[in-house]
Amino acid sequence: MVPTDLRYTNDHEWVRADGAEATIGITAYAAGQLGDIVFVELPDVGRVLEQAAPFGVVESVKAVSDLFAPVGGEVVQANAALAGSPELVNGDPYDAGWMIRVRLSDPGQLDDLLDAAAYDALIAAG
Amino acid sequence: MPYGPHTADDRARMLGALGLTSVDQLFDDIPVALRASRLDLPPPEPELELAARLSGLAARNRTDLASFLGAGVYRHWSPPAVDQILLRSEWYTAYTPYQPEISQGTLQSIYEYESLLAELVDLDVVSASHYDGAAATAEAALMTCRATRRDRVLISRGVHPHYRETVRTYFAGRLELDEIPLITDGESAGTTDLAALARLLAEPDRPVAGVIAAQPDFLGLLEPMPEIGRLAHAAGALFVAVIEPVSLAVLAPPGAYGADIAAGEGQPLGIAPQYGGPYLGILASTDALVRQIPGRLVGMTADLDGKRAFVMTMRAREQDIRRDKAASNICTNQALLALAASVYLATIGPHGLHDVAALGAARAAELEAALAAAGAPRLHPGAYLNEFAVRVPDARAVHRRLLDRGVLAGLVLADAEPDDPSLADGLLVCATEVTTPIEIARFAEALSEVLDGRPPTAVEAGAGAERRSAVGVVR
Repeated sequence: MVPTDLRYTNDHEWVRADGAEATIGITAYAAGQLGDIVFVELPDVGRVLEQAAPFGVVESVKAVSDLFAPVGGEVVQANAALAGSPELVNGDPYDAGWMIRVRLSDPGQLDDLLDAAAYDALIAAG
Repeated sequence: MPYGPHTADDRARMLGALGLTSVDQLFDDIPVALRASRLDLPPPEPELELAARLSGLAARNRTDLASFLGAGVYRHWSPPAVDQILLRSEWYTAYTPYQPEISQGTLQSIYEYESLLAELVDLDVVSASHYDGAAATAEAALMTCRATRRDRVLISRGVHPHYRETVRTYFAGRLELDEIPLITDGESAGTTDLAALARLLAEPDRPVAGVIAAQPDFLGLLEPMPEIGRLAHAAGALFVAVIEPVSLAVLAPPGAYGADIAAGEGQPLGIAPQYGGPYLGILASTDALVRQIPGRLVGMTADLDGKRAFVMTMRAREQDIRRDKAASNICTNQALLALAASVYLATIGPHGLHDVAALGAARAAELEAALAAAGAPRLHPGAYLNEFAVRVPDARAVHRRLLDRGVLAGLVLADAEPDDPSLADGLLVCATEVTTPIEIARFAEALSEVLDGRPPTAVEAGAGAERRSAVGVVR
């Protein structure tokens, strides 16, 4: 079972809503599918993201994937620890492996996302 | 007899599987007007007759000329080891090998090329090479756009016109390219106009991704590279230096004046001038841009037994992995020519390269004095290394008359830069270490004859007659 306090996307990002802001990362399932992650490219603070637009790139030893913004908003923080320790995404995807924090442009967009049960069903269906 | 590997039966089976009746149907998507209906070739000829005809065509090449032509391609002496090593068939590929376990030699040669060039340009990362200097410059321009997420680049008119045209082609329809004018008079004539650059950088709502300038510039002049870089960086733009590699033995390298990217033509490093190439595109960047640099990168690592090994690295930028989001989809390596550059640099060494650059500069100073005495003074007052423009009235006609006297008097600037009236009477001439004092004297003498309207001397007339008889073999 994935953490129940988060929201999820079909592209395997998670969102932790926190008032007007939200933290974003990728799920343990996504990290496991990618394999050992060697680089995460994140946006600069201040960049305004549209919902569903690519906001970064995650590179593993066997694949490269774009990261898509689950919700729109202005980037207020990016996880600088990932520059030196990208493996945090594999080891601790929901906590130390977080990627960016945004100021939500429309909190209503959170309702577009999957809850834990729906996301569990998604990965169970493969 | 066609040399195709497939029999009529093979083709029929394949077409059957596709539900087609003819190969032509595969090309239905291409408008008929764009398809080649036939190749415009003469009928077949017997081998001996063909060989004679080709020899006749080859004989039309002027090998008797004293050449002062540079303009992006330079003649240099090359140690015999360069060509001798290139003759080994093990090296015969333009491509980077994907299987490190069977390709350590090739990978090591590319690694050494990257290391030598990194030292020369004083930057962290060098790609395994590109088609030529123009392609490398265009890739550098695209890098600045990706890295800054901006879509406008400024390129100095001091960058080679072919390079500017290539960047324009790469940018067509999706990115903006503005030219920075050159100063037209005074002490800095012929170099990038810094005030104009500052104005272009300050245009509201038109943020600049990168600024591109060449050192030396197309007219051979030395540019204020540190100032150009400072202006670019102050506006949040990256700075691209277009370089000539031999000059870096005596001029400050791009890394020393804050360039983020260096691009240039590697031909002067042991590669003979060839009409249209193949040439060698040098591309280098700071570590911060390693994920934006296109092309192959070879790195050194250790295998399971701890032994030194060479592998391709940072592969995730590349088209076989990233497809449409790759750093570039036009980045075939020039491995054989990169090898020539490596062997050249390794055999000639840092002192040798310094001598090459310094001797070229000394010969160019002799050339300047000789041409000025013959009636063709310099067009610009600024400092140059081994190439400069001279003022000659009716330059195109003078250039033609000098050819008849056995002198290739550089480049007619009006042909290269037709939009620049300040260059209308200009010839761009260069000297390198292979330029001899005798050739310089021959140029100066022939020039003063032409400018005075005197007929050619007997020796020159003889050279011309010999050439005409060679042409006669063809027809």
